[in-house]
Amino acid sequence: MNNNLKESITAWEPAAVWSECGDGWFTVPADRFRDLAVRLRAEGFDFLRSLTGMDWGGEGFGVVYHLESTATGENVVLRTMTPDRENPVLPSVCDLWKTAELNEREAFDYFGIRFLNHPDMRRLFLRDDWVGYPLRKDYDPSQNPLRMSNEVSKDSTASFELMPDGSIIRQRNVLFDEGEYVINIGPQHPATHGVLRFRVSLEGEIIRKLDAHCGYIHRGIEKMCEELTYPQTLALTDRLDYLGAAQNRHALCMCIEKGLGVEVPERVQYIRTIMDELQRIDSHLLFFSCLCMDMGALTAFFYGFRDREKVLDILEQTTGGRLIQTYNTIGGVQADIHPDFVRKTKEFIAYMRPKLREYHEVFTGNVIAQERLKGTGVLTREDAISFGATGGTGRASGWACDVRKRHPYAAYGKVDFEEVLFTEGDCFARYMVRMREIEQSLNIIEQLIDNIPEGEYQLKMKPVIRIPEGSYYAAVEGSRGEFGVFIESRGDKYPYRMKFRSTGLPLVACLETIARGTKIADLIAIGGTLDYVVPDIDR
Amino acid sequence: MEVRNPRIKSMKYEDFNDNEYIESMVRELRENGTNVVVGCLDEVIEWGRSNSLWPLTFATSCCGIEFMAVGAARYDFARFGFEVARASPRQADFIMVAGTITHKMAPVLKRLYDQMADPKYVIATGGCAISGGPFKKSYHVVDGVDKILPVDVYIPGCPPRPEAMLYGLMQLQRKVKVQRFFGDVNRQIDRKECEELLRRDLTAEKNELNVEKDANHEQ
Repeated sequence: MNNNLKESITAWEPAAVWSECGDGWFTVPADRFRDLAVRLRAEGFDFLRSLTGMDWGGEGFGVVYHLESTATGENVVLRTMTPDRENPVLPSVCDLWKTAELNEREAFDYFGIRFLNHPDMRRLFLRDDWVGYPLRKDYDPSQNPLRMSNEVSKDSTASFELMPDGSIIRQRNVLFDEGEYVINIGPQHPATHGVLRFRVSLEGEIIRKLDAHCGYIHRGIEKMCEELTYPQTLALTDRLDYLGAAQNRHALCMCIEKGLGVEVPERVQYIRTIMDELQRIDSHLLFFSCLCMDMGALTAFFYGFRDREKVLDILEQTTGGRLIQTYNTIGGVQADIHPDFVRKTKEFIAYMRPKLREYHEVFTGNVIAQERLKGTGVLTREDAISFGATGGTGRASGWACDVRKRHPYAAYGKVDFEEVLFTEGDCFARYMVRMREIEQSLNIIEQLIDNIPEGEYQLKMKPVIRIPEGSYYAAVEGSRGEFGVFIESRGDKYPYRMKFRSTGLPLVACLETIARGTKIADLIAIGGTLDYVVPDIDR
Repeated sequence: MEVRNPRIKSMKYEDFNDNEYIESMVRELRENGTNVVVGCLDEVIEWGRSNSLWPLTFATSCCGIEFMAVGAARYDFARFGFEVARASPRQADFIMVAGTITHKMAPVLKRLYDQMADPKYVIATGGCAISGGPFKKSYHVVDGVDKILPVDVYIPGCPPRPEAMLYGLMQLQRKVKVQRFFGDVNRQIDRKECEELLRRDLTAEKNELNVEKDANHEQ
């Protein structure tokens, strides 16, 4: 963080205290936080990268905000906290950054922090009858045995407001009126790509309101990580977004390496980059297949899967896993690349390019596909930034949000590739971004595959890994957006808190904005082109 | 009439690993004795049923993607008769529980299972569905889908390879072949009884979480 920005923030808010520990952050008192947030938003910090709820034990509960300015690329980390463990209350920022809406619900769900003036303070992942808050350090899991009763969907929600005399009142907000026609989609529905559930209010065919229910595959990974050593936590990230397994694990390894101050060898950087790009091709091919299948083009599904198997073969030969590779390790990779890796990858590049033309002939030019994708489900650039909808979705709306360009990591600084941008922001743009990104990924691999430097593939690490005290954030460009890892360490061999910035949660958050006013049938195309993976949303 | 060991076209009987299990089922059938007419009818019906098992498209996580791969061009489970994946439980013969089942999902899964028409089967695919897998210690994961459903076949792996899934599916075919449609023998306990037992265990705690109380609390 540069000194100018540091001085400006101290000038705007003298109560903000700078701490130089890990990434460095400002601690702001809760009563002054809201003013500073408004100021930063006005100064161009329009992208809330990550919002993390925290339990600091005796110091109380708090939230860590990672902000970025899309114009200047500057980053700032803010913290605020409340010492009240009985009734923790903090100001909401969901009117400044729309992505905070679901993230604050997540913090409420995990820690019981209530956000003032948040319009919808419901649990995000867990059942409404869940007892306690699972990510609190003093949570007792025996309070929540398996409940087999069906959950009742409520039509109202609550918000909390601060009165002038300091008391907090609870207000009831109506989600769906008595007379509204509400239909339920999911959690078991072939077009929701997993166990996501929507409640949609319709007027004829037109969507009036959409309420997304998450948590059907909430596996509590963040809490589990707090009881695992750093090398053990690596096992879980692959299973978050299983179509970005290599990238997720890359992000976690990068974050741990950043904390340790380890520089990985160049050979590892190259291998990781190539693996990430192969994984991206795999993911985008699956995106193509599933989108086509959802829209009724079953042949295209088989084409996509046929070619995806070729990528999986390459991945499997080196890593031993098709889907879950568990390949990256702290300070390197699990094993050296297979002797056939280079040859096979080159063969695949030569094979894939003509196939892409075939896809466009089979599907892209199809009248039905064009009619259903063009002009439907428009997301504006401002909304994309405000929701933090990174990846193909953001780039289809004209937001240059590629982490590979914004904060180059691994070998991405050394390769020449185009960041695919569209301005329409509709389903067709989102589809085309991903199809064009396959070409770019092939270009990246082509530039690297012949130049993999010699050297060791794994650094010698200490048997017990302890990260110095502080907090660290590292991000990679996952298959569907910025995948970030936030680690707070207290110097132990276990992380004090580990948070994964989900690539899918912002996409679900912006779904309501996109879908409102479109037809119910378009919801399938919108959901398909947003390309979320549900275990990554729920974590 | 003599009940034969089940044979399926796709794989030799000797190539299967756990024939003892199937043989014990066959032995039980033999001991019970079967009427010739009913037995022949049964054999025709089981032949038909085992070759047209329709799965329910049910996937919660990683294993679901491998399940899709099994349905796609290279592995193509349509070869064995798992032709049509149905999106509605009413039309499905078996449910392939592919992925982690969480506390929030468990009642939904149970409901899906209850909605399926008999005879119905459950395959637990992958570590998560079998035992909770890598998430066993989590506060929100059901450690094994057999806690809420009667499971017929377990397919281990994280995720299992498509070949493993095909092997598991063929095991289910063999199992279907030694079940008697008319007699409903060869089940250790009656399915209804089993469901009732499960239901009783799980609703024991229901008093504490009655839904009405919660609804009142909201107002």
